Amino acid sequence: MSQDYRLSRRAVIAGMSAGAAFSALPVGSAWAATPTVGFIYVGPKDDYGYNQAHAAGAAAVKAMGVKVVEEERVPETIDVEKTMESMINLDGASLLFPTSFGYFDPHILKEAKKYPNVTFMHCGGLWHEGLPANVHSYFGYIDEAEFLSGIVAAHVTKTKKFGFVAAKPIPQVLRNINAFTLGARSIDPTITVQVIFTGDWSMPVKEAEATNSLADQGVDVVTCHVDSPKVVIETAEKRGLFTTGYHASQAALAPNGYLTGAEWNWEALYPSLITDFEAGKTIPGLIRGGLKAGIVKTSPYTALVPDAAKAKADAVKAQFMGDGFVIFAGPIKDNKGATVIDAGTMRGQTDIELEKMSYLVEGVIGSTS
Amino acid sequence: MDAEPPRRAALARFIDPLAAPLAAGAATVALFGLFVALAGRNPLEVYRLMAEGAFGSWFSWQNTLLRASPLLLTALCTALPAQMGLVIIGGEGAFVIGGLAAIAAGLRMADIGTPALVVQCAMALAGMAAGGALIALAGAMRHWRGVNETISSLLLSSIAIAVMNQVVEGPMRDPASLNKPSTRPLPDADLIGNIPGMDVHWGLALGLIACLLAWLLMRRTTFGFAARIVGGNSRAARMAGLPVGLMMVIVTGLGGAAAGLGGMIEVAAVQGDANANIAAGYGLSGILVAFLARQHPLAIIPVAVLLGGIGASGGLLQRRLDLPDAAVLVLQGILFVALLAGEALPPLSEWKAKVSR
Repeated sequence: MSQDYRLSRRAVIAGMSAGAAFSALPVGSAWAATPTVGFIYVGPKDDYGYNQAHAAGAAAVKAMGVKVVEEERVPETIDVEKTMESMINLDGASLLFPTSFGYFDPHILKEAKKYPNVTFMHCGGLWHEGLPANVHSYFGYIDEAEFLSGIVAAHVTKTKKFGFVAAKPIPQVLRNINAFTLGARSIDPTITVQVIFTGDWSMPVKEAEATNSLADQGVDVVTCHVDSPKVVIETAEKRGLFTTGYHASQAALAPNGYLTGAEWNWEALYPSLITDFEAGKTIPGLIRGGLKAGIVKTSPYTALVPDAAKAKADAVKAQFMGDGFVIFAGPIKDNKGATVIDAGTMRGQTDIELEKMSYLVEGVIGSTS
Repeated sequence: MDAEPPRRAALARFIDPLAAPLAAGAATVALFGLFVALAGRNPLEVYRLMAEGAFGSWFSWQNTLLRASPLLLTALCTALPAQMGLVIIGGEGAFVIGGLAAIAAGLRMADIGTPALVVQCAMALAGMAAGGALIALAGAMRHWRGVNETISSLLLSSIAIAVMNQVVEGPMRDPASLNKPSTRPLPDADLIGNIPGMDVHWGLALGLIACLLAWLLMRRTTFGFAARIVGGNSRAARMAGLPVGLMMVIVTGLGGAAAGLGGMIEVAAVQGDANANIAAGYGLSGILVAFLARQHPLAIIPVAVLLGGIGASGGLLQRRLDLPDAAVLVLQGILFVALLAGEALPPLSEWKAKVSR
């Protein structure tokens, strides 16, 4: 009996020291030219949405022959701190992409101080002066693609009523709703957009209810800003509505209703960041851009999109790709009648005022509170 | 049974409560092994990785302990009322409302320039009071209004989370938190730090102390004895003159206070402010821990560490074996079902007695 115990204890100790040696090894390789890259997602990486868009970027990095480690459904708590540390300590990762907006403060900031040799790339554009040098942030002006979606949808609607299922009335979401509405109303000013806030980023039941309710109200185009548009798009498809997508392409989910969509283009950005990183180039603290920079893109038009819509949207897109097109060009009124952008004021994409957006533009039915 | 020699009876008393969880554990290992084998992975490799990720190094141990610490407190929210025969599942709400009350108190105290320790004590008291009040309400409604405490605690929990969201996005919102509505952050000086020599915050120590105190209260005091009499038969307890209603309020209140303290620690040691992230499911995992520990306050400790370890190793399974995150949920689910099935079996000693007869 006692021998058995000793044996098993020895085995355990051997196992533990082997584990320790194993975990110590990759740390040394953190200085090698080719990094191990860690990607962390807040939801499932096949969600047809926010996380899938990032996972597509990770897959593009993997295709370069770079070692990639991924972890999905990591909450914005101590869990993400430990996942980052685990990737650094056990997998030898030296470049991390914790992709959820809420990972930044305090979690990434804590880890960046703790691991000054590891580079942290955060999605959300929260960088500012004075942060540790190993923290970077990137984000895209996806409202440009939303504006184009609005233009396309305006060409197919019969009822002139659109629906928008959104998570929370925060600036980033309001900016998308407003851009989509302004795009649609640039074609037909009688169009209205009914917005429904579900209260959180992943509320499948509420999202389905909201979509059905929009269909019952006579809406014939639906889009959304939630983490996974899957439920909204599928429900709208069942109700025979047109849809425009968000985050990633949902064309496969709605062959009879999907028109186009606003997508992230992480599969272009991430490989270029890795190339810069490997070449030892300085990566800026804040990386922002829209269609022109290739950080966002539109879903390819489906067969449902009429030629007139394509021509109009492509013309505006060419302006985005060229000298720039200003979406938020005054005069713009909110949906309570107050002027929010004066006549003559052009709020271009880099305008800091847009980051604080707290209103819904004229034509949106709904309230921010 | 009465003919049994006292030594065997003592042995049975020790083995009986362990037999079901151990059998459930063994069944879980076998079933989950089968599951991962069906998913095309080597079960031995899976278990080796889990051991490495959970307990394989000092880093892994700290990871495990850190994840276990909120569960110690939220499990008490279910385990303490269970001594009185109540099934409370509102720990998530008590955790969240505790965190919210704590940040409100902490910010108020920090604004007037109180020393850090005083701020932290005020936060702990506020968190415990809020969490305690929420769950005590379920206990009170059960006693005086006959409302099922399981349902009411669950509903109260939803209300608490909704209140937190409303407050964080409204009255207490920091205008600077544009895209992630949060309260103002606590000053760095008032945050709870790590236990010296460890990368684990003081919440672990508080959780262990709370479990120990809960055990002392329930197993070593007259009050605890009386509470367990109520759990055995509340009518008989009332006949014996015990203040059943008051005791229910106190015990449910203590359970809620434990979870509320957990929320305070989440705010003061992890997040630094309050936002929707404090409703991360620690209260729900606490129910699982309490049931796996068979509602025993001390058994909560190893079970919480086990679940913390499963959580800590889950990432490694994803990264090394490309298993989906749901694999860990499957494991927890199998464990829970196996344990509930084990509960339904008769105690081992009776079973043996039947066989030998």
